[in-house]
Amino acid sequence: MPTPILEIRHLSATAAGKEILRGMNLTVNAREVHAVMGPNASGKSTLTHVLTGREGYEVTGGDVRYQGKDLLAMPPEDRAREGLFLAFQYPVEIPGMKMMQFLKAALNAIRKHRGLEELDALDFLTIVKEKMQLLGMDPDLLNRPVNAGFSGGEKKRNEILQMAVLDPTLAVLDETDSGLDIDALKIVASGVNSLRRQDRAMIVITHYQRLLNYIVPDYVHVLIDGRIVKTGGRELALSVEAQGYGWLEKQAREGTAMP
Amino acid sequence: MAPTERIRDLAEQEYKYGFVTDIEAEAAPPGLNEDIIRLISAKKKEPEFMLEWRLKAYRHWLTMTEPQWANVRHPPINYQDIVYYSAPKTQKQPKSLNEVDPLLLATYRKLGIPLREQEVLAGVAVDAVFDSVSVATTFKEQLAKQGIIFCAFSEAVQQHPDLVHKHLGTVVPYSDNFFAALNTAVFSDGSFCYIPKGVRCPMELSTYFRINAPFIGQFERTLIIAEEDSYVSYLEGCTAPMRSEHQLHAAVVELRAHDRAQIRYATVQNWYPGDSAGQGGIYNFVTKRGACLGVDSKISWTQVEVGSAITWKYPSVILQGNNSIGEFYSVALTTHRQQADTGTKMIHLGRNTKSTIVSKGISTGFAQNTYRGLVKILKKASGCRNYTQCHSLLLGNRCGAHTFPSIDVQNASSQVEHEASTTRIGEDQIFYCRQRGLSAEDAVSLIVNGFCHDVFQQLPMEFAVEAQKLLNVRLEGTVG
Repeated sequence: MPTPILEIRHLSATAAGKEILRGMNLTVNAREVHAVMGPNASGKSTLTHVLTGREGYEVTGGDVRYQGKDLLAMPPEDRAREGLFLAFQYPVEIPGMKMMQFLKAALNAIRKHRGLEELDALDFLTIVKEKMQLLGMDPDLLNRPVNAGFSGGEKKRNEILQMAVLDPTLAVLDETDSGLDIDALKIVASGVNSLRRQDRAMIVITHYQRLLNYIVPDYVHVLIDGRIVKTGGRELALSVEAQGYGWLEKQAREGTAMP
Repeated sequence: MAPTERIRDLAEQEYKYGFVTDIEAEAAPPGLNEDIIRLISAKKKEPEFMLEWRLKAYRHWLTMTEPQWANVRHPPINYQDIVYYSAPKTQKQPKSLNEVDPLLLATYRKLGIPLREQEVLAGVAVDAVFDSVSVATTFKEQLAKQGIIFCAFSEAVQQHPDLVHKHLGTVVPYSDNFFAALNTAVFSDGSFCYIPKGVRCPMELSTYFRINAPFIGQFERTLIIAEEDSYVSYLEGCTAPMRSEHQLHAAVVELRAHDRAQIRYATVQNWYPGDSAGQGGIYNFVTKRGACLGVDSKISWTQVEVGSAITWKYPSVILQGNNSIGEFYSVALTTHRQQADTGTKMIHLGRNTKSTIVSKGISTGFAQNTYRGLVKILKKASGCRNYTQCHSLLLGNRCGAHTFPSIDVQNASSQVEHEASTTRIGEDQIFYCRQRGLSAEDAVSLIVNGFCHDVFQQLPMEFAVEAQKLLNVRLEGTVG
């Protein structure tokens, strides 16, 4: 019996008054990796924003259960503390805040929420350095302000590092491959793969299927016009790569693509 | 706790030092004239030279006009509405803390500086200034054994008139500027500190200023003299109760460092900033200047400015002795409608003199924060160095950061570096932090404290902790 972690039911949402998600359904169970693909403006970003609680998006219908709880009722920080992690497409720079302090404060906020003891600097360093080594990251980055002056590859790796340290139940990877060369992509992907676990689920959001060569999903969903129009295995991603989204968009408009 | 309750709590916590102590005060009528100055001087039982100096300053002040160049705005100040002298009535030169009015002591306890405890535990000698009269000076005797004089200014005038006469007004002359002239005419008390040759002051000296009576202007005067090969570290903290009127605070601080002497001067300024609409609050117009008179001498200013409706303040160093060093470390936080125009002047007169300026300005709400600095290296001052770092942080999009650095180098053998940045913390950064499990408030506090780290490091440990807490309290309710 699979344990559902995320259940999105008939979710509709608007951004700036415009309807973007139109009755989307998606269930993600523990252990599973789901890829959500789609052309530009299909609703991929809106989905991540609604899931993480970003301001500026209004949910107009449906609901989202996260481990049985009403996800949309929680403020963003509580969603994070409950184990929802987003690897940002464009990680922001935070001048003046060192990685070390930032990540330690985040980890301790999460640990506190879970009733665990807060870690001191030494224990924290031990954990974080081990994870950095795994991702081939320079420990000096800990003394730099968050993402400030990081290269594109470093920023993406830094997202995966935070994921490794914060130990989420559900990780959403938003266009993690964008801006990465093939070597950096391999490192990031192997970092993600090492984090696959029985009690963890992942949603990989991507425009291209390239990333899915390295992070192999259990399911592939194609999102068009705010709805999932087709679900399949890895082969679906390959068809999209070969044929583009046109045929799916056409099917969606004709109403023949619903799974 | 429900979110609404929490927000209310935070809102009420905004300025937690806003209580008024109900002590009968002996006050002069409002207004300024030569009679008031004579009254102040007489009340203080001052020698003749003091009165003459005050009157000279007053007559000069009458010819001056308020400076208009600062990047601040306020309605005109009516100097005739201000009370220039106020003293708690029960006051009779206390010999020890036991003789101090218990109400006064309770006020200090509320401020978090239990004198008695500090006496025993912290090893801090506190010269507490309550309105215009110094109420309690602790540790004086212990310091006296090493020849250190640390007392109320009025006491110094009576007990050590020669020292006062010799040094007072030598760094900031009465004619220096409008507010310094006003201060010279009417100052009623302050702190005096003298460290003899070769003595390293064994404890942090600390003064707590507090404005209590309404409509009063607090004009205090601080003079610190460090003789050859001496060292002193001095801490100053300020708070004022909440009042709807604006109050004027125009202080003068003079530091004199002789050969190889070192003076560290730290301020945590938390005067009442006014409410969120800009009603009330202190006008903090202060002249602070140190002279590195001797070779290898050093003066460091560290300031954490979080209070006052308006701050106008430029702690400066005149680097006269060869190889002398001047430092300025500053954090200025402005929230709501606060305005700060602050910075420093480093005047290099001696050869191979060095100065460092680290300024961190933080603005939120509708506040305006200005850094104004001058680095001047004279022709004969060869081989000098200055390093300036001037960073501004904006929280939100309705506040302002402004920088006006001036650099004037008159020889080719000196080196000047200037580094500046302005960054904005907006919704994106806050959301990123929240997605990692931090509340918006914790995120802002972390960002701001990280931003100020270099400056806090310059403060003595307990002060650094207090400064950090203060910053967090002042930031509460400014985001979200």
